Amino acid sequence: MSLPQTPSQTIGPFFKPALVRSGQESLITSESRGERVTIEGRVLDGDAAPVSDAMIELWQANADGRYDHPDDSQEKLLDPDFHGFGRAATDERGRFRFYTIKPGSVPGAGNILQAPHINVSIFARGLLKRLITRIYFPDEPLNAVDVVLNAVAPERRSTLVARIESAERPGVLRFDIILQGENETVYLGV
Amino acid sequence: MSTPAGYRREAARVHPPHDHPSYASTHKRAPRYAPVAIEHTLSEITGPGLARETPAPGGNENDMTHFNGGEALGERIIVTGRVLDEDGRAIPHSVIEIWQANAAGRYAHAEDQHQAPLDPHFAGIGRVITDDRGAYRFMTIKPGAYPWRNHHNAWRPNHIHFSLFGPSFATRLITQMYFPGDPLQALDPIFNSVPDNSARGRLIATFDMEVTIPEHALGYRFDFVLRGRAATPTLS
Repeated sequence: MSLPQTPSQTIGPFFKPALVRSGQESLITSESRGERVTIEGRVLDGDAAPVSDAMIELWQANADGRYDHPDDSQEKLLDPDFHGFGRAATDERGRFRFYTIKPGSVPGAGNILQAPHINVSIFARGLLKRLITRIYFPDEPLNAVDVVLNAVAPERRSTLVARIESAERPGVLRFDIILQGENETVYLGV
Repeated sequence: MSTPAGYRREAARVHPPHDHPSYASTHKRAPRYAPVAIEHTLSEITGPGLARETPAPGGNENDMTHFNGGEALGERIIVTGRVLDEDGRAIPHSVIEIWQANAAGRYAHAEDQHQAPLDPHFAGIGRVITDDRGAYRFMTIKPGAYPWRNHHNAWRPNHIHFSLFGPSFATRLITQMYFPGDPLQALDPIFNSVPDNSARGRLIATFDMEVTIPEHALGYRFDFVLRGRAATPTLS
Protein backbone atom coordinates (compact mmCIF):
# COMPACT_ATOMS: atom_id res chain seq x y z
CA MET A 1 0.00 0.00 0.00
CA SER A 2 1.38 3.37 -0.92
CA LEU A 3 -0.46 6.60 -0.26
CA PRO A 4 0.66 9.91 -1.76
CA GLN A 5 2.01 12.59 0.57
CA THR A 6 -0.08 15.59 1.57
CA PRO A 7 1.46 18.75 0.07
CA SER A 8 2.92 21.52 2.20
CA GLN A 9 1.40 25.01 2.26
CA THR A 10 2.62 28.24 3.84
CA ILE A 11 2.02 28.99 7.52
CA GLY A 12 0.76 32.43 6.41
CA PRO A 13 0.86 35.59 8.55
CA PHE A 14 -1.80 34.79 11.17
CA PHE A 15 -0.44 31.79 13.08
CA LYS A 16 0.81 33.37 16.28
CA PRO A 17 -2.31 33.19 18.47
CA ALA A 18 -2.77 29.53 17.56
CA LEU A 19 0.79 28.25 17.64
CA VAL A 20 3.03 30.40 19.81
CA ARG A 21 2.86 30.77 23.60
CA SER A 22 5.13 32.65 25.96
CA GLY A 23 7.43 30.14 27.65
CA GLN A 24 7.95 27.89 24.64
CA GLU A 25 11.20 29.75 23.89
CA SER A 26 12.70 28.19 27.01
CA LEU A 27 13.64 24.51 26.71
CA ILE A 28 14.93 24.35 30.26
CA THR A 29 13.90 24.45 33.90
CA SER A 30 16.19 25.21 36.83
CA GLU A 31 16.66 21.42 37.15
CA SER A 32 17.73 20.68 33.57
CA ARG A 33 21.23 19.23 33.25
CA GLY A 34 23.81 20.89 31.05
CA GLU A 35 25.61 24.08 30.11
CA ARG A 36 23.13 26.95 29.69
CA VAL A 37 23.13 28.81 26.39
CA THR A 38 20.95 31.63 25.14
CA ILE A 39 20.58 31.71 21.37
CA GLU A 40 19.65 35.02 19.81
CA GLY A 41 19.26 35.98 16.21
CA ARG A 42 17.28 37.68 13.52
CA VAL A 43 15.49 36.38 10.45
CA LEU A 44 16.29 38.56 7.42
CA ASP A 45 15.03 38.48 3.84
CA GLY A 46 16.83 39.05 0.54
CA ASP A 47 16.85 42.83 1.14
CA ALA A 48 18.23 42.29 4.66
CA ALA A 49 14.82 43.45 5.93
CA PRO A 50 13.57 41.85 9.15
CA VAL A 51 11.05 39.03 8.80
CA SER A 52 8.55 39.78 11.55
CA ASP A 53 6.22 36.86 10.90
CA ALA A 54 8.46 33.79 11.10
CA MET A 55 8.17 30.86 13.49
CA ILE A 56 11.33 29.03 14.56
CA GLU A 57 11.28 25.56 16.12
CA LEU A 58 14.20 23.79 17.80
CA TRP A 59 14.67 20.06 18.37
CA GLN A 60 17.72 18.81 20.19
CA ALA A 61 19.30 16.11 22.30
CA ASN A 62 19.89 16.53 26.02
CA ALA A 63 23.24 17.27 27.67
CA ASP A 64 24.25 13.60 27.40
CA GLY A 65 23.41 13.42 23.70
CA ARG A 66 20.12 11.55 23.90
CA TYR A 67 16.85 12.54 22.26
CA ASP A 68 13.67 12.20 24.31
CA HIS A 69 12.03 9.93 21.75
CA PRO A 70 11.28 6.19 21.55
CA ASP A 71 13.51 5.69 18.48
CA ASP A 72 16.60 6.83 20.41
CA SER A 73 17.64 3.65 22.22
CA GLN A 74 21.14 4.78 23.21
CA GLU A 75 22.27 3.78 26.68
CA LYS A 76 22.44 7.36 27.88
CA LEU A 77 20.36 9.02 30.56
CA LEU A 78 17.12 10.79 29.78
CA ASP A 79 16.62 14.06 31.64
CA PRO A 80 13.13 14.41 33.14
CA ASP A 81 13.66 18.18 33.03
CA PHE A 82 14.64 18.41 29.41
CA HIS A 83 12.55 17.32 26.42
CA GLY A 84 14.32 19.20 23.62
CA PHE A 85 11.54 21.10 21.82
CA GLY A 86 11.27 24.88 21.61
CA ARG A 87 9.25 27.32 19.54
CA ALA A 88 9.36 31.09 19.13
CA ALA A 89 7.99 33.72 16.77
CA THR A 90 10.06 36.62 15.51
CA ASP A 91 9.19 40.11 16.71
CA GLU A 92 8.71 43.29 14.65
CA ARG A 93 12.49 43.54 14.22
CA GLY A 94 12.82 39.93 13.12
CA ARG A 95 14.38 38.89 16.42
CA PHE A 96 14.04 35.58 18.25
CA ARG A 97 15.62 34.17 21.41
CA PHE A 98 15.82 30.69 22.96
CA TYR A 99 17.03 29.54 26.36
CA THR A 100 18.46 26.04 26.25
CA ILE A 101 21.51 23.88 26.96
CA LYS A 102 24.34 22.77 24.73
CA PRO A 103 23.40 19.25 23.59
CA GLY A 104 25.74 16.30 23.82
CA SER A 105 26.98 14.52 20.70
CA VAL A 106 24.75 11.98 18.99
CA PRO A 107 25.89 9.33 16.50
CA GLY A 108 25.34 9.96 12.82
CA ALA A 109 25.75 8.07 9.58
CA GLY A 110 28.15 5.14 9.94
CA ASN A 111 27.96 5.55 13.74
CA ILE A 112 30.41 8.46 13.50
CA LEU A 113 29.81 10.96 16.27
CA GLN A 114 28.17 14.18 15.09
CA ALA A 115 29.24 17.53 16.48
CA PRO A 116 26.76 18.97 19.01
CA HIS A 117 23.95 20.65 17.09
CA ILE A 118 20.37 21.84 17.31
CA ASN A 119 17.89 21.00 14.54
CA VAL A 120 15.94 24.03 13.33
CA SER A 121 12.69 24.43 11.35
CA ILE A 122 11.74 27.83 9.92
CA PHE A 123 8.21 28.72 8.82
CA ALA A 124 6.97 32.09 7.52
CA ARG A 125 4.58 33.81 5.19
CA GLY A 126 6.17 33.39 1.77
CA LEU A 127 7.72 30.05 2.67
CA LEU A 128 5.57 27.45 0.95
CA LYS A 129 7.39 24.72 2.87
CA ARG A 130 9.62 24.84 5.90
CA LEU A 131 13.32 25.54 5.78
CA ILE A 132 15.58 23.25 7.79
CA THR A 133 18.98 24.13 9.16
CA ARG A 134 21.23 23.27 12.11
CA ILE A 135 22.88 25.38 14.78
CA TYR A 136 26.43 24.23 15.57
CA PHE A 137 28.59 25.57 18.40
CA PRO A 138 31.77 27.64 18.18
CA ASP A 139 35.10 26.27 19.42
CA GLU A 140 33.84 22.72 19.12
CA PRO A 141 36.57 20.27 18.00
CA LEU A 142 34.04 17.82 16.52
CA ASN A 143 32.91 20.45 13.99
CA ALA A 144 35.99 19.60 11.93
CA VAL A 145 34.83 16.01 11.35
CA ASP A 146 31.05 16.49 11.32
CA VAL A 147 29.53 14.79 8.26
CA VAL A 148 26.88 17.46 7.66
CA LEU A 149 29.25 20.42 8.05
CA ASN A 150 31.66 18.70 5.68
CA ALA A 151 28.91 18.26 3.08
CA VAL A 152 28.65 22.07 2.89
CA ALA A 153 30.93 24.21 0.72
CA PRO A 154 33.68 25.55 3.04
CA GLU A 155 32.89 29.20 2.30
CA ARG A 156 29.26 28.72 3.43
CA ARG A 157 29.92 26.48 6.45
CA SER A 158 30.16 29.36 8.92
CA THR A 159 26.45 30.17 8.40
CA LEU A 160 25.70 27.02 10.43
CA VAL A 161 27.91 27.90 13.41
CA ALA A 162 26.60 30.21 16.12
CA ARG A 163 28.90 33.07 17.13
CA ILE A 164 29.88 34.25 20.59
CA GLU A 165 27.89 37.47 20.94
CA SER A 166 30.43 39.34 23.06
CA ALA A 167 32.87 38.73 25.90
CA GLU A 168 30.55 40.71 28.18
CA ARG A 169 27.68 38.28 27.58
CA PRO A 170 28.94 34.81 28.43
CA GLY A 171 26.61 32.02 27.39
CA VAL A 172 24.93 34.10 24.69
CA LEU A 173 25.29 32.85 21.13
CA ARG A 174 24.24 34.64 17.98
CA PHE A 175 22.61 32.77 15.07
CA ASP A 176 21.07 34.83 12.28
CA ILE A 177 18.88 33.19 9.67
CA ILE A 178 19.35 34.78 6.24
CA LEU A 179 16.61 33.54 3.93
CA GLN A 180 18.17 34.81 0.71
CA GLY A 181 21.11 36.70 -0.72
CA GLU A 182 24.52 37.54 0.63
CA ASN A 183 25.52 35.16 3.44
CA GLU A 184 22.38 33.10 2.83
CA THR A 185 22.08 30.47 5.56
CA VAL A 186 22.70 26.90 4.43
CA TYR A 187 19.47 24.91 4.38
CA LEU A 188 19.36 21.14 4.56
CA GLY A 189 17.40 18.61 2.51
CA VAL A 190 16.04 16.16 5.05
CA MET B 1 23.85 0.41 18.17
CA SER B 2 21.54 0.20 15.19
CA THR B 3 19.76 3.34 14.08
CA PRO B 4 16.14 2.81 13.02
CA ALA B 5 15.29 3.33 9.35
CA GLY B 6 15.11 6.88 8.08
CA TYR B 7 12.12 8.41 6.35
CA ARG B 8 11.27 8.67 2.68
CA ARG B 9 12.06 11.96 0.98
CA GLU B 10 9.67 14.66 -0.17
CA ALA B 11 7.78 13.31 -3.16
CA ALA B 12 8.55 15.08 -6.45
CA ARG B 13 5.97 17.62 -7.70
CA VAL B 14 3.86 17.20 -4.54
CA HIS B 15 5.35 19.99 -2.43
CA PRO B 16 5.62 23.56 -3.71
CA PRO B 17 8.95 25.03 -4.76
CA HIS B 18 10.32 27.80 -2.53
CA ASP B 19 10.26 30.26 -5.39
CA HIS B 20 6.76 30.61 -6.83
CA PRO B 21 6.64 33.87 -8.83
CA SER B 22 2.86 34.45 -8.64
CA TYR B 23 3.07 34.44 -4.81
CA ALA B 24 4.75 37.78 -4.18
CA SER B 25 5.97 37.00 -0.65
CA THR B 26 8.29 34.32 -2.03
CA HIS B 27 10.34 36.85 -4.04
CA LYS B 28 12.59 38.00 -1.20
CA ARG B 29 12.20 34.94 1.00
CA ALA B 30 12.99 31.97 -1.24
CA PRO B 31 16.59 30.78 -0.80
CA ARG B 32 18.74 30.96 -3.94
CA TYR B 33 20.88 27.95 -3.11
CA ALA B 34 19.52 24.40 -3.33
CA PRO B 35 19.30 22.64 0.04
CA VAL B 36 22.21 20.38 1.02
CA ALA B 37 20.81 16.84 1.16
CA ILE B 38 21.79 14.91 4.29
CA GLU B 39 21.39 11.33 5.45
CA HIS B 40 18.85 10.74 8.18
CA THR B 41 20.41 10.31 11.60
CA LEU B 42 18.90 10.18 15.07
CA SER B 43 18.45 13.96 14.71
CA GLU B 44 15.93 13.55 11.89
CA ILE B 45 14.39 10.21 12.93
CA THR B 46 13.43 11.47 16.37
CA GLY B 47 11.24 14.52 16.88
CA PRO B 48 8.76 16.38 19.03
CA GLY B 49 5.01 16.00 18.79
CA LEU B 50 3.76 14.80 22.11
CA ALA B 51 0.84 16.67 23.57
CA ARG B 52 3.09 18.31 26.16
CA GLU B 53 5.05 20.13 23.46
CA THR B 54 2.23 22.36 22.36
CA PRO B 55 -0.04 24.53 24.44
CA ALA B 56 -3.70 23.77 24.88
CA PRO B 57 -5.56 26.76 23.44
CA GLY B 58 -8.00 26.71 26.31
CA GLY B 59 -11.67 26.01 26.22
CA ASN B 60 -13.05 23.07 24.33
CA GLU B 61 -10.20 22.25 21.99
CA ASN B 62 -12.14 20.15 19.52
CA ASP B 63 -15.18 22.44 19.39
CA MET B 64 -14.27 25.87 18.04
CA THR B 65 -17.92 26.96 17.74
CA HIS B 66 -18.16 28.22 21.34
CA PHE B 67 -15.87 30.88 22.75
CA ASN B 68 -16.03 33.52 25.43
CA GLY B 69 -19.45 32.46 26.67
CA GLY B 70 -21.29 32.42 23.37
CA GLU B 71 -21.86 30.73 20.06
CA ALA B 72 -19.90 31.62 16.95
CA LEU B 73 -21.73 32.91 13.89
CA GLY B 74 -21.60 31.00 10.62
CA GLU B 75 -22.13 27.59 9.14
CA ARG B 76 -21.18 24.85 11.62
CA ILE B 77 -19.08 22.06 10.15
CA ILE B 78 -17.46 18.83 11.33
CA VAL B 79 -14.01 18.04 9.95
CA THR B 80 -12.79 14.50 10.48
CA GLY B 81 -10.23 12.12 9.03
CA ARG B 82 -7.08 10.19 9.77
CA VAL B 83 -3.39 10.90 9.91
CA LEU B 84 -1.54 8.13 8.05
CA ASP B 85 1.92 7.50 6.67
CA GLU B 86 2.70 6.53 3.09
CA ASP B 87 2.28 2.85 3.96
CA GLY B 88 -1.22 3.51 5.25
CA ARG B 89 -0.16 3.08 8.87
CA ALA B 90 -2.06 5.15 11.40
CA ILE B 91 -0.15 7.86 13.27
CA PRO B 92 -1.68 7.71 16.75
CA HIS B 93 -1.49 10.18 19.65
CA SER B 94 -0.14 12.96 17.45
CA VAL B 95 -0.97 16.63 17.87
CA ILE B 96 -2.76 18.62 15.17
CA GLU B 97 -2.90 22.39 15.63
CA ILE B 98 -5.64 24.28 13.79
CA TRP B 99 -6.28 27.94 12.93
CA GLN B 100 -8.61 29.79 10.57
CA ALA B 101 -10.56 32.94 9.73
CA ASN B 102 -14.12 33.41 10.98
CA ALA B 103 -17.26 33.11 8.85
CA ALA B 104 -16.75 36.67 7.58
CA GLY B 105 -13.18 35.97 6.47
CA ARG B 106 -11.40 37.73 9.35
CA TYR B 107 -8.73 36.33 11.66
CA ALA B 108 -8.72 37.20 15.35
CA HIS B 109 -5.23 38.63 14.87
CA ALA B 110 -4.02 42.20 15.41
CA GLU B 111 -2.45 42.38 11.97
CA ASP B 112 -5.52 41.29 10.02
CA GLN B 113 -6.85 44.63 8.72
CA HIS B 114 -9.60 43.21 6.49
CA GLN B 115 -12.76 45.30 6.92
CA ALA B 116 -14.93 42.40 7.99
CA PRO B 117 -16.41 41.90 11.45
CA LEU B 118 -14.65 40.04 14.23
CA ASP B 119 -16.78 37.49 16.04
CA PRO B 120 -16.36 37.76 19.83
CA HIS B 121 -17.40 34.12 20.09
CA PHE B 122 -14.94 32.72 17.59
CA ALA B 123 -11.19 32.57 18.26
CA GLY B 124 -10.38 30.39 15.28
CA ILE B 125 -7.92 28.25 17.25
CA GLY B 126 -8.18 24.52 17.89
CA ARG B 127 -6.09 21.50 18.72
CA VAL B 128 -6.81 17.80 18.47
CA ILE B 129 -4.82 14.66 19.21
CA THR B 130 -5.21 11.60 17.01
CA ASP B 131 -6.62 8.45 18.61
CA ASP B 132 -5.28 4.87 18.41
CA ARG B 133 -6.42 4.65 14.77
CA GLY B 134 -4.86 7.99 13.83
CA ALA B 135 -8.34 9.53 13.63
CA TYR B 136 -9.26 13.09 14.58
CA ARG B 137 -12.51 15.05 14.58
CA PHE B 138 -13.47 18.61 15.47
CA MET B 139 -16.32 21.06 15.01
CA THR B 140 -15.82 24.57 13.72
CA ILE B 141 -17.34 27.27 11.50
CA LYS B 142 -16.80 27.27 7.77
CA PRO B 143 -14.20 30.03 7.21
CA GLY B 144 -14.96 32.87 4.83
CA ALA B 145 -12.88 33.95 1.86
CA TYR B 146 -10.85 37.13 2.34
CA PRO B 147 -8.87 39.58 0.20
CA TRP B 148 -5.08 39.82 0.38
CA ARG B 149 -2.74 42.16 -1.36
CA ASN B 150 -0.77 39.70 -3.44
CA HIS B 151 -2.12 41.13 -6.70
CA HIS B 152 -5.09 43.21 -7.87
CA ASN B 153 -8.37 41.86 -6.46
CA ALA B 154 -6.71 38.82 -4.90
CA TRP B 155 -8.89 36.60 -2.67
CA ARG B 156 -7.91 33.54 -0.68
CA PRO B 157 -10.26 30.59 -1.12
CA ASN B 158 -11.93 29.23 2.01
CA HIS B 159 -9.30 27.27 3.93
CA ILE B 160 -8.27 25.95 7.34
CA HIS B 161 -4.61 25.86 8.45
CA PHE B 162 -3.16 22.68 9.99
CA SER B 163 0.14 21.99 11.76
CA LEU B 164 1.20 18.35 12.23
CA PHE B 165 4.29 16.76 13.74
CA GLY B 166 4.01 13.06 13.00
CA PRO B 167 6.57 10.73 14.59
CA SER B 168 9.81 12.54 13.69
CA PHE B 169 11.57 15.78 12.82
CA ALA B 170 11.43 14.63 9.19
CA THR B 171 7.62 14.29 9.14
CA ARG B 172 6.76 17.82 10.30
CA LEU B 173 4.10 19.36 8.03
CA ILE B 174 2.16 22.63 7.90
CA THR B 175 -0.56 22.77 5.28
CA GLN B 176 -4.01 24.13 4.40
CA MET B 177 -7.29 22.32 3.71
CA TYR B 178 -9.66 23.71 1.09
CA PHE B 179 -13.36 23.10 0.39
CA PRO B 180 -14.93 21.42 -2.63
CA GLY B 181 -16.46 23.57 -5.35
CA ASP B 182 -14.69 26.84 -4.46
CA PRO B 183 -14.16 28.95 -7.63
CA LEU B 184 -11.32 30.90 -5.98
CA GLN B 185 -9.02 27.86 -5.95
CA ALA B 186 -8.25 28.20 -9.66
CA LEU B 187 -7.10 31.79 -9.06
CA ASP B 188 -5.07 31.27 -5.87
CA PRO B 189 -1.26 31.37 -6.13
CA ILE B 190 -0.79 29.50 -2.84
CA PHE B 191 -3.10 26.59 -3.74
CA ASN B 192 -1.59 26.48 -7.23
CA SER B 193 1.98 26.43 -5.90
CA VAL B 194 1.57 22.64 -5.66
CA PRO B 195 2.93 21.50 -9.03
CA ASP B 196 0.97 18.29 -9.53
CA ASN B 197 -2.74 18.52 -10.29
CA SER B 198 -3.73 15.42 -8.32
CA ALA B 199 -1.59 16.54 -5.37
CA ARG B 200 -3.48 19.86 -5.36
CA GLY B 201 -6.72 17.92 -5.38
CA ARG B 202 -5.65 16.16 -2.20
CA LEU B 203 -5.76 19.50 -0.38
CA ILE B 204 -9.53 19.66 -0.95
CA ALA B 205 -11.78 18.05 1.66
CA THR B 206 -14.61 15.70 0.66
CA PHE B 207 -18.17 16.57 1.58
CA ASP B 208 -19.68 13.55 3.35
CA MET B 209 -23.31 13.24 4.42
CA GLU B 210 -22.25 10.42 6.79
CA VAL B 211 -20.25 12.94 8.79
CA THR B 212 -23.01 15.53 9.10
CA ILE B 213 -25.00 15.91 12.28
CA PRO B 214 -28.65 16.22 11.23
CA GLU B 215 -30.18 19.59 12.11
CA HIS B 216 -26.79 20.83 13.33
CA ALA B 217 -23.63 20.67 11.18
CA LEU B 218 -22.37 19.66 7.73
CA GLY B 219 -19.51 17.19 7.48
CA TYR B 220 -16.20 17.02 5.64
CA ARG B 221 -13.52 14.34 5.47
CA PHE B 222 -9.84 15.11 5.16
CA ASP B 223 -6.97 12.64 5.58
CA PHE B 224 -3.34 13.63 6.00
CA VAL B 225 -0.51 11.48 4.64
CA LEU B 226 2.91 12.11 6.17
CA ARG B 227 6.20 10.70 4.94
CA GLY B 228 6.66 6.98 5.66
CA ARG B 229 9.71 5.00 6.69
CA ALA B 230 12.34 4.22 4.11
CA ALA B 231 12.39 0.55 3.15
CA THR B 232 15.90 -0.31 4.29
CA PRO B 233 17.01 0.21 7.87
CA THR B 234 20.26 2.05 8.34
CA LEU B 235 22.62 -0.31 10.14
CA SER B 236 25.53 1.27 11.85
